[in-house]
Amino acid sequence: MVAPILPRAHYLLRQLLRNKSQLILHAVILSITALFLIPLLVVVSASFTDEIALTRNGFGIWPSQFSLAAYNYILLDPSQILRAYGVTAIVTIVGTVLGVVIMSLLAYVLFRHDFTWRRPMAFFVFFTMLFNGGLVPTYILITQYLKLRNTLPVLILPYLVVPWFVFLLRTYFLTLPKEFVESAKIDGANEWQIYRHIIMPLSTPALATIGLFCILMFWNDWWLALLYIDEPKLYPLQYLLFAILRNAEFLSSNASSLAMLTSTRPPLQTTRMAMAVIAIGPVAVAFLVLQRYFIRGITLGGIKGE
Amino acid sequence: MQRFAQSLRHNTPFLVMALPGILLLLVFSYLPMTGIIIAFKDFRASLGILDSPWVGFKNFEFLLRSPVLARITINTLVLNGLFILAGLIASVGLALLLNEIRLKSAARAYQTVVFFPYFISWVIVGYFSFALLNSDNGLVNRVLQSVGLEPVAWYSSPQYWPWILTLVHIWKSVGYGSIIYLAAMLGINPEYYEAAMLDGANKLQQIRYITLPHLVPVMVILTLLAIGRIFYADFGLFYYVTRDNSLLYPTTDVIDTYVYRALRVNADIGMAAAAGLYQSVVGFVLILVSNRIVKRIDPERALF
Repeated sequence: MVAPILPRAHYLLRQLLRNKSQLILHAVILSITALFLIPLLVVVSASFTDEIALTRNGFGIWPSQFSLAAYNYILLDPSQILRAYGVTAIVTIVGTVLGVVIMSLLAYVLFRHDFTWRRPMAFFVFFTMLFNGGLVPTYILITQYLKLRNTLPVLILPYLVVPWFVFLLRTYFLTLPKEFVESAKIDGANEWQIYRHIIMPLSTPALATIGLFCILMFWNDWWLALLYIDEPKLYPLQYLLFAILRNAEFLSSNASSLAMLTSTRPPLQTTRMAMAVIAIGPVAVAFLVLQRYFIRGITLGGIKGE
Repeated sequence: MQRFAQSLRHNTPFLVMALPGILLLLVFSYLPMTGIIIAFKDFRASLGILDSPWVGFKNFEFLLRSPVLARITINTLVLNGLFILAGLIASVGLALLLNEIRLKSAARAYQTVVFFPYFISWVIVGYFSFALLNSDNGLVNRVLQSVGLEPVAWYSSPQYWPWILTLVHIWKSVGYGSIIYLAAMLGINPEYYEAAMLDGANKLQQIRYITLPHLVPVMVILTLLAIGRIFYADFGLFYYVTRDNSLLYPTTDVIDTYVYRALRVNADIGMAAAAGLYQSVVGFVLILVSNRIVKRIDPERALF
């Protein structure tokens, strides 16, 4: 495997060196990408640095004194972060599955010309993109009338229907050949069958793209928790990280008994950074694997704005 | 009557299919819209929305008289304006650079790196900026000291923050933006470049006279649509990256952060509701206006 790659890499490098303007171009972009990575490197390196060394030497892109103390400290009692991971995983899975089903059904109805009230319903969905009641009425509705504060559904329900995704799906359905639906109708298929057995299987690329954006939206959300969750056992991952950054003691409050057991001061600074790294990890891997689907999604609908 | 029954029967499956989505929008989008009357009431939780006493425009009078209205309006407009302008230049510039790279695998690798921040939540970005900017041992101050400059207390120096926030915004969104422009570049007919090269045009001339003019429509449309949303700020950026530091409010407090604080921290529901309605109404008008202009330029790209 390696053998044919090496001469090829060598050849490419020679080509590159011969072409001065390409070389400058690579140098420019390489330095830009290096700048882009510095913040990530600094946090990762801090998480592997000895607590006292970090306080003394400061943040750097390389650990001034390598240490695994922060990760060991988290491993002493990982229940806090595991719990937050669990909350986020449940919210993400349930939210994405429900969201894709509900939005694709709605998009299907808006796509079918046989539906008499198609236009008014499309306007009903669309208008929510132009105008909203704002934070205060929403907050009062959810906390005082729906009584959803400190429940799991409050982390899911408000995000289930994203009008923008609904229209993206409808646009995609419209690109499918009309004959599929028509011949199915002639064969006596009802609307559910057409949706389930014709439109859905043909639309997997669009559904996958919407699904990925939903996953990202739920996984990275802190907004709903910031507003509606103050029960620590319901903290999703991002909100737990926020609580820790705002107040490092939040870490120790959970593990204070363990700190007494180990009789050392908990390495709060570096542990915070280690928590962030643990949270970024899966996102980074998923990103590397799936980014081309996101790119397709952006080019599919991105022209119309975010 | 009979025809209505018939039509209802015909449409029943559609209505059932749309029901969950419509219900969710009704509850989480339309019900709050009726709640804008809170802005005209002296809201008391014990009385509920309907039974709280009406106070006319009193909440708006308070808002108008407080110095905060001018501050949050100016900050929102200026900062979002900066983001739009800088974001445009950075996205187009990066797309041009990436497009010129002949080694496609390298171009893909670079793109991966600049796209990565898009996937990072604002909370984590808050960690990143803290590691760089905290005045005790942040990386930026260490670098400043190592070249003999005075360290800066970033989190208590509001004058730097418009630029810091702009940089963070670019860092997070330029990968996304450049993807759109790269896609637009792929649509340019290669014959233009071949003809230009035959005429002896160099790379810069090709960019100046072929690539950029072809990107102008996309640039104009995206900018107009962004201007349509200029009254809405990216809450996470302003809240987490500044660490909600009150010393920075003079240059970083925007409508969204103010409404949140008035509601959750100061429990001043009247002011929060008034500022929120102000944002909704002006934001609505701006979207309508920008969309009308977009429609005149390119009907296909208009929102409606």
